[in-house]
Amino acid sequence: MKQIFITYNNIISSLGFDTISNIENVSNGVSGIKKIDDDNLLQQPFYSSLIDTVKLDVAFQNIGDITAYTRLEKMMILSLKDVISQSNIPLDAKTGFIISTTKGNVDTLDENSSFPKERAYLSELGKQIQQFLSIQNEAVIVSNACVSGVMAVSISKRMIESKLYEHVLIVSGDVVSEFILSGFQSFQALSDAPCKPFSKNRTGITIGEAAASVLVTSNENYLSKDAVQILGDASHNDANHISGPSRTGEGLVRSMKSAFKEANIETQQIDYVSLHGTATNYNDEMEAIALNRMHLEKVPVNSLKGYYGHTLGASGLLETIVGMQSLYNNCLYPSYGFDELGVSQSINIIEKTKKKELTVFLKTASGFGGSNTAVIFKKNKNK
Amino acid sequence: MDTQYYIKSYCKIKEAHVTFNNNIVFEDDAKDLKSFLKNIYKHLALKYAKFFKMDNLSKLAFLGAELLLQDDEKDTDRDIAIVLSNRASSLETDRKHQEAIQDKEKYYPSPAIFVYTLPNIAVGEISIRHQLKSENAFFVFDTFNAEFLCNYATVLLEKNKAESVLCGWVDVDGENYDGFMYLVSRKGKIKHTIKELTNLYQN
Amino acid sequence: MEELKLELKNKIIENLNLEDVSIDEIGDNDPLFGDGLGLDSIDALELIVMLDKDYGIKLLDPKEGKKIFESIEVMATYIAEHRK
Repeated sequence: MKQIFITYNNIISSLGFDTISNIENVSNGVSGIKKIDDDNLLQQPFYSSLIDTVKLDVAFQNIGDITAYTRLEKMMILSLKDVISQSNIPLDAKTGFIISTTKGNVDTLDENSSFPKERAYLSELGKQIQQFLSIQNEAVIVSNACVSGVMAVSISKRMIESKLYEHVLIVSGDVVSEFILSGFQSFQALSDAPCKPFSKNRTGITIGEAAASVLVTSNENYLSKDAVQILGDASHNDANHISGPSRTGEGLVRSMKSAFKEANIETQQIDYVSLHGTATNYNDEMEAIALNRMHLEKVPVNSLKGYYGHTLGASGLLETIVGMQSLYNNCLYPSYGFDELGVSQSINIIEKTKKKELTVFLKTASGFGGSNTAVIFKKNKNK
Repeated sequence: MDTQYYIKSYCKIKEAHVTFNNNIVFEDDAKDLKSFLKNIYKHLALKYAKFFKMDNLSKLAFLGAELLLQDDEKDTDRDIAIVLSNRASSLETDRKHQEAIQDKEKYYPSPAIFVYTLPNIAVGEISIRHQLKSENAFFVFDTFNAEFLCNYATVLLEKNKAESVLCGWVDVDGENYDGFMYLVSRKGKIKHTIKELTNLYQN
Repeated sequence: MEELKLELKNKIIENLNLEDVSIDEIGDNDPLFGDGLGLDSIDALELIVMLDKDYGIKLLDPKEGKKIFESIEVMATYIAEHRK
């Protein structure tokens, strides 16, 4: 089987409009989460990590009409365009196209939206981006709750393995909307303070927004200096509950086992795990149990939700990109917001930035619908 | 990809008819989709209280899975992947949630509605019902994408990520619905090809 | 009080989509969660919305719900005392 890599990448978030500025902020211990007071989003103040609207429009007006595209479309186009220009990838039939999102342009359903309601169809979002960037292939849209972003990586690899494509472009994204905030609030899952994954005093989720893009390729002429090989991947269901995670972490454990089997490596070879860590009671507890069942409890782990909040359909890809930078810089970034361990089983949370030779990392995510994904990546040392 | 796979069985829930391997299982003149789905549930003599909590998209997918997996043992650990797709995602339920928050004077978002504002909940419901702790994914396309589904199921089987794959197109948009689900396996009579899938879906 | 209890039973069946359950099957003192009606965590959240929407009662701590939603009897007593 040929080797498949994630290469050129971009993150657009509250911490910057490219990967480098995002990583600079993460390594300096800067979080994008702030207190927001905006009636149009939620009736009471809340914490979130938002992209500056003015900054977004200033960036977008160089390439398009800022009133013709939704907030999410602007984020996604800017992010993917960066990857296309960095990589110089041909946008022909051999380049597949994936969008991962949970809710797309759902904010256009609001009566006060200036966009037609048809824009809420995800295929419409796909067409807007495809046409703007002149991509030949129709978007394969992955909408699989909170695992969408990292599941897209797994799917891109399978698309290349099916020999239909040589490369796949992925763009992931979601925006903070009243739709999302009101829903999580009705679940009583929103934290009244910036989220604190795995901490004793955690009080729930902080929602954030971001777009992230990557090029996945089997062609070694398109490898970036921070490229990683995708060794193994899987997405198994808990078959337990539609909103709560399995108490035993069954789906996540099965996903990890399947990914390890495909990667043909031992758990001892994992240098770092980028966890989901939403800071809800049940999620974090479930992940600690699953890690212990896999004997990964001594491996350094973090959740990046303390920097970005939970960016839903973007989170898995955004966190994969940060993981790639950890490998490239040989640096473990701290789990922002963590103080005292608040899960029943011991895990090794990264508390301080630490230089360390890193070769292999595991990215996991879990979400509504009982979904779980695990993907294993290895640094490309040939460069 | 040299191995030949087969469509072991297929079903359709479309235009007031339910068919299984091209035989009519049930037809009905229910006034709306909700009643139609409930009548199918009753016709199949199912006992599963959670069915009534589902949104129409999950009900449609759930009923399709009941038809396809009816002969299988529920207790054994079966490795059946689930790959579903549609056009409208969960938009029908999204509209309901939006309605609940549109008016600030009557702002009562419902958790029981919000949880169904994700299309992959339908996959979760089937997984719970049949205890399938297997590979799963939900995709959105403009129209039924036989090429993608065929290739994706083939890769899953080829790489031993599953023993068989429950695939389908389950779309609900207002009162419009379109359900086509099928089981891809290593044995069967109908070849698992893009052409056959397109044929079965259209006819 | 009897009226309120009947009203609650009707509402619970309707709001929680308990299609197969009839009013006579819910005893005033039957547990609503666990072995009783088999309600789950989403139902508990939905009942919190119902208290707010129909009776003007806001539960700030979801853990409070556990006690209040023990049975129809307990719920009715709580609502009678706190409704607006």
